[in-house]
Amino acid sequence: MSFRPTCHPVQGTDQRSPLNVIVDGTAMVARAGDTILSFLLRERGALRKTEFGDGSRLRAGFCAMGACQDCWVSLSDGRRVRACSTLVEQGMHFVTGLDNGAH
Amino acid sequence: MAHTETRPLCVAIVGAGPAGLRAASTLVKAGLRPILINEAPEPGGQIYRRPPKALLLFRSAKDLYGADSHRASALDSAFDDMKERIDYRPSTSVWNATRRNDGRVRLHLCDASGEVDTLDCDKVVLATGAMDRIVPLPGWTEPGVWSLGGAQVMLKAQAQFVGRNPVFAGSGPLLYLVAWQYMKAGATPAAVIDASTFSAKLRAVPAMLARSAVAFRGLRMAVALRRRGILVLEGCHAERIDTTPTGFLVSWAGEQGSGDISGDAVAIGHGLKPEQQLAELLGCRLHFDPGAGQWLVETDRDGRASVPGVYLAGDMAMIRGAHAAETAGELSALAVLADAGLAPAYDGVRRIRLRRSMKRQDLFRKGLEAAFPFPSNRIENLPDETTVCRCEGVTAGDLRKAVAHWQPADVNRLKAMTRCGMGRCQSRLCGETAAALLAAGSGRDRSEVGFVRSQIPVKPLPIPARERETQR
Repeated sequence: MSFRPTCHPVQGTDQRSPLNVIVDGTAMVARAGDTILSFLLRERGALRKTEFGDGSRLRAGFCAMGACQDCWVSLSDGRRVRACSTLVEQGMHFVTGLDNGAH
Repeated sequence: MAHTETRPLCVAIVGAGPAGLRAASTLVKAGLRPILINEAPEPGGQIYRRPPKALLLFRSAKDLYGADSHRASALDSAFDDMKERIDYRPSTSVWNATRRNDGRVRLHLCDASGEVDTLDCDKVVLATGAMDRIVPLPGWTEPGVWSLGGAQVMLKAQAQFVGRNPVFAGSGPLLYLVAWQYMKAGATPAAVIDASTFSAKLRAVPAMLARSAVAFRGLRMAVALRRRGILVLEGCHAERIDTTPTGFLVSWAGEQGSGDISGDAVAIGHGLKPEQQLAELLGCRLHFDPGAGQWLVETDRDGRASVPGVYLAGDMAMIRGAHAAETAGELSALAVLADAGLAPAYDGVRRIRLRRSMKRQDLFRKGLEAAFPFPSNRIENLPDETTVCRCEGVTAGDLRKAVAHWQPADVNRLKAMTRCGMGRCQSRLCGETAAALLAAGSGRDRSEVGFVRSQIPVKPLPIPARERETQR
């Protein structure tokens, strides 16, 4: 399986209260204060497949400040949100269409 | 024109970074109640970005903002002091701005829940900041490749490393700063690939002495990185990024020869680029600034744009950094007050001091431009397969073919032909590259091929906003 990058918490900052969320049907735990971007990259290493080429290439955001629009993700209720500027909330259900990654 | 009506002067400020916050506090001091619109949930802008509350416990202001922590704290308390005396609208984006027949400015707002609204004001201060200026290279769209600013935001606001051994590449003050911040927080940068040459930096020294403390801080960071054994390659460019089964391989070349460096993330950037879309939509005049190599919105020395009632402050007007942004914010607010006939309450000496300080900041900016010139030649020599427009999947080769075949008159024609710049980011990342390729392919100067014009909405709106609008 090919390399998927991962975000790593700075030491000592992972003791935050848990938030129960669902990613593509699977229950997972995010941490209070996580943006959707940090959470999904830590757990999945990517956000979505690109619309171009054979669909094998992935995207994972770029600017992290709401400018590049590369990190829009879908929620199961039909909303699309910018992952870098949206905090994870208890009970969110993300639809990424990705497999569960390399790790 | 003096403000003579009985209704109080309505001033809106777009952006709550150092420029917007200083503009607001200056207006509050003069007895006004400005409207402060902030796209982010917390004030501070990108540079002094506050982490979400759940993360605040873990890292001190010193951890987050380093040598600038006192400025961050001062702005923080300025905000807390004026919070009750301003109309503060957090998590609200301005997606359009128009000028009304009566001379007022209408801002079109969208809040976090997708609710849209309009706001009419007498004067508007645009302090919308900047984003990374990007030179693409093969592989830059892969997951794990970030803008330098993005890598910094992830660390500062999310306490996350984008990788344990990231490669940092590009130029400008942010390059060494972000690498150093990663090192201080416990990561081990794989390398810093600095496009700027030692001799370019040396030439810039006289101008940089205008703000020697800041210049030396940058120098100290480079020394600290080297001392930790981190590879610093001056006068070299990242040429391409390949993904391997275990990470990235970044190929580099330049004054130090050539080679490959492996890392588990990459962050790239060549300085900053103003977020000037709203000024453009209001009809403000732009000009090509040869020093910056960028199209900038024209202003006078106090921040007045060419359209009456529109003022600019901070990096959105010209990239001068956070200190200058505070000065510019205050100057623009003084200009607002003067133009509304409210100036007598104001200290003219203060304005003179601020203008003098801006002159020094400008000298420093020129030094930075000399030390970190934008590598236009890198764009001209990009391999054809390089993705230029990541939203629409347009490559350098696609653009070159279109330029040769259709000979577009300006970059907006090139956009229409190729869809480059037509995607969700609205050419924020690719517009400059497309213009440089057009200029190179048609033997013209960047100033002759124009800039990609902004369209509304300046950022995508959530679907509920559009639905509610059509129901009206």
